[in-house]
Amino acid sequence: MEYEVVIGLEVHAELATQSKIYCNCTTEFGGDPNTHCCPICMGMPGVLPVLNKKVVEYAIKAGLATNCRIAAFSKQDRKNYFYPDLPKAFQTSQYDLPLCYDGHVDVEVDGLVKKIGITRIHIEEDAGKLLHDAWSGDTLIDYNRGGVPLIEIVTEPDMRSAEEVRAFFEKLKAILEYTGVSDCKMQEGSLRADVNLSVRPKGQAEYGTRTEMKNLNSIRAIVRAVESEAKRQISEIEYGGMIVQETRRWDDAKGESYSMRSKEEAHDYRYFPEPDLCPIEVDENWMKDIQASIPELPDARRKRYIQDYGIPEYDASFITASKDLADFFEEAAKSGDNIKAISNWIMGDLSKKLNDNNLEPSQIPFCPEHLSKLVGLIDSNIISGKIAKQVFDFMWDTGKDPADIVEEKGLRVVTDTDAIRGVVLEVLQANPKTIEDIKKGKAKSIGFLIGQIMRETKGKADPQTVRSILTEELEKY
Amino acid sequence: MDLTQLTIMETAKKLREKEFSVSELVSAYLNRIQKHDASIGAYITVCSENAIQQAEAMQEKINANEDVPVLTGIPLGLKDNIVTRGLLTSCGSKMLSNFIPPYDATVVQKLQKNNAILLGKLNMDEFAMGNSNESSWYKPVKNPWDLERVSGGSSGGAAAAVASGMAGFALGTDTGGSIRQPASFCGVVGLKPTYGAVSRYGVVAFASSFDQVGPITRNVADCAVVMNAIAGHDPKDSTSADIEYPDYTAFLDQEIKGLKIGIPREYLQAGLTADVKQQVLKAAKSFEALGAVVTEVSLPLTEYAIPVYYLISSAEASSNLARYDGIKYGYRASEYEDIIDLYRKTRSEGFGTEVKRRIILGTYALSSGYYDAFYKKALKVRRLIYEDYKKAFDQVDLLLGPTVPTTAFKIGEKADNPLEMYLGDICTASVNIVGLCGISVPCGTDSQGLPVGLQLIGRPFDEGTLLKAAHAFEKVAVYHAMPEL
Repeated sequence: MEYEVVIGLEVHAELATQSKIYCNCTTEFGGDPNTHCCPICMGMPGVLPVLNKKVVEYAIKAGLATNCRIAAFSKQDRKNYFYPDLPKAFQTSQYDLPLCYDGHVDVEVDGLVKKIGITRIHIEEDAGKLLHDAWSGDTLIDYNRGGVPLIEIVTEPDMRSAEEVRAFFEKLKAILEYTGVSDCKMQEGSLRADVNLSVRPKGQAEYGTRTEMKNLNSIRAIVRAVESEAKRQISEIEYGGMIVQETRRWDDAKGESYSMRSKEEAHDYRYFPEPDLCPIEVDENWMKDIQASIPELPDARRKRYIQDYGIPEYDASFITASKDLADFFEEAAKSGDNIKAISNWIMGDLSKKLNDNNLEPSQIPFCPEHLSKLVGLIDSNIISGKIAKQVFDFMWDTGKDPADIVEEKGLRVVTDTDAIRGVVLEVLQANPKTIEDIKKGKAKSIGFLIGQIMRETKGKADPQTVRSILTEELEKY
Repeated sequence: MDLTQLTIMETAKKLREKEFSVSELVSAYLNRIQKHDASIGAYITVCSENAIQQAEAMQEKINANEDVPVLTGIPLGLKDNIVTRGLLTSCGSKMLSNFIPPYDATVVQKLQKNNAILLGKLNMDEFAMGNSNESSWYKPVKNPWDLERVSGGSSGGAAAAVASGMAGFALGTDTGGSIRQPASFCGVVGLKPTYGAVSRYGVVAFASSFDQVGPITRNVADCAVVMNAIAGHDPKDSTSADIEYPDYTAFLDQEIKGLKIGIPREYLQAGLTADVKQQVLKAAKSFEALGAVVTEVSLPLTEYAIPVYYLISSAEASSNLARYDGIKYGYRASEYEDIIDLYRKTRSEGFGTEVKRRIILGTYALSSGYYDAFYKKALKVRRLIYEDYKKAFDQVDLLLGPTVPTTAFKIGEKADNPLEMYLGDICTASVNIVGLCGISVPCGTDSQGLPVGLQLIGRPFDEGTLLKAAHAFEKVAVYHAMPEL
């Protein structure tokens, strides 16, 4: 039987505010355990929360950027449960009146545009972190993260494949980055997703029973978890089994998920309105101000790149997926003419370097002008494409101007015909056997000779010049 | 002259006239605590050393400048759910019997700025739940008028200390009557300010949408003086009202001629003893004599005040008290198998019966399947009760009635009957449900010589009218006697 996979996401994004949601403590990542805390975020007896206005502003920004409606009146609620990382034994969140609702994000998969519905976006606070000391068996608690503001973005069950999930998630991540709502550093846990997934026979109208996989913190993990869970559910049904509504934990190392708790064991969170906080009222003017502060979003930028720079759609999509990368590209493009070449460098060597070093585009160690300068050096024949890769590596390591690197390291292309002729003659003298082969019609061996010449000149000889001198000299044999 | 029998106003005047020093004053209070508190049980912690040190500093301030705040050098006690930096804040519970807070409540900072001197922390019903002070983990508070009787609660220590001359004034908290009821039982003045008038920052939460801090004093004028010190907007409390706060003492001597006072019919049918009813009606007559216009009004939903109060306050409490889990501070069970066992044992051992009863009640009311029938319905009725009062205040400026239907009962008398105990809140709880202000003023005694309290209820943020009327009454009622100890 053919099956259809139905997927919805709950995405948690840490907001890029300076201070926590209900107190003045810093949201900065890292820091010694329990140093970014105060009586308020530690849940001391008698403390009260005061809502950080920026949190509401950022959440509204995320809502507007995902085509949500903004509630003129919303409230905060307590979600009650016991866990040591939750100092008040309740999480302040929003239950029935979220700040943003009824939005959508358009994603493109296989050339088709698909609308993914956003059910709601609400604000809430993050919990602390438990650290299990394997040596002593103790559990230690770090409350630094406790009270860091989050938005939870809940989608409709509109996705049908891992590819759609990836496309949606990447798009959402880009939007959050562009708006500055979140830094989206997945490795620091500032963006994470829960996946709700069910399968049903193709053509069936009702949804199947869904499972939820919690806290997936890389795109790779999300995609793999979706693929694996879809497969597991289909095979369960194929073999006559039943899907149980449950929460599952994804083990990315093993590539498997396992059951955490069933529906019966689910918490009764006993939500009720947070009496220590007033309702949130958003007036028209404030919303207009926020709307005006939203910068150009990835879709608009992509279209502009295609139109203004004439780069292919693929390039534009690739570059605009990350705001920092797009900003880098745009800066580089300002000071260069060969924009396609800049795009190629970004998609190729630069992205590879970032991946290999596990860095974000914001951490590129040289400035955009240097990339366009590098392209300029190639285009004006000052260095060869091959040498350019060396120069790029030096730029990465030192952050220096590529022109200075070329001078310092003497990497300029040799166009001096006498010098090149000298090397050609040396190489010919050292390889009489190859010359014989060529004379016998083995034209391929010319390539070997060129290789030898380039090696002797350390790649600096202009290949065009090498080829013509070599042909000339070979004539003489 | 017994320095501990003076009002704040008298004390302040005499301190400036150098009739006695702040040190002599503080010593007099400390001696009295030393002598009598063993039989009353008002204090959980007495900070003598600090008070004696403070006394010298405050004397210097008075010597240097007579224009220092009225409260300069006045010794006070704080209910033990008001957070004090570096000083045990137990909430009358084993759960917090080792809790030394790292910060001060806003009201504590305000009193410090006003140069008042803290004598110690006052006994209370555990987590402010109760109205007899028998649920304190430490000890019950005995009524200074009759040591076999309860002080009332939950601010029992505060009322008893002020009544017995063991504090110049005290701050209590009132969630359903916890300032006014013990004030009534102990024959002192207790004001529950409008919700939002006094900061709750640093006041250990029982029921967040009801809790208010307020003064317990020997007379109405003192109450106004303390309100001047503690009321005001606090940016650390989101429910604190950002409005102009008046000088409360300015209302004291204003005329009450023509003031419209309503007696809610239902308050006189709330199981009042004959003595209480007689004293309250006598008080109404006094107001008429002073030129006020007294009429009967109706608050038809009065009978729902108790269920609404206990449902919502317990629901909030179940969440507010969840943080006492043995993880971060406070009591922790000594032996446990795992995290669930740690929670279970810590909370089973750390909380007393009344607190557990409310947590269970509140958890139940919020549980899925019961939420609509209990919590949500209670919220709707809360709204209706609000409308009831709004209508009443369209007709009158103040409401008048008993604070409590009875006078102080015997220790242990109602210990096995929580429901009967709850019914005693009938005239006080709805003031918190709606967020109004209310004051209890002594208005006579019953046949056994026990104090009866008169309650006046005012519009939100109209403490001025309340104080004005109470002050006028107090002047003609001449009821400032203190119990013989």
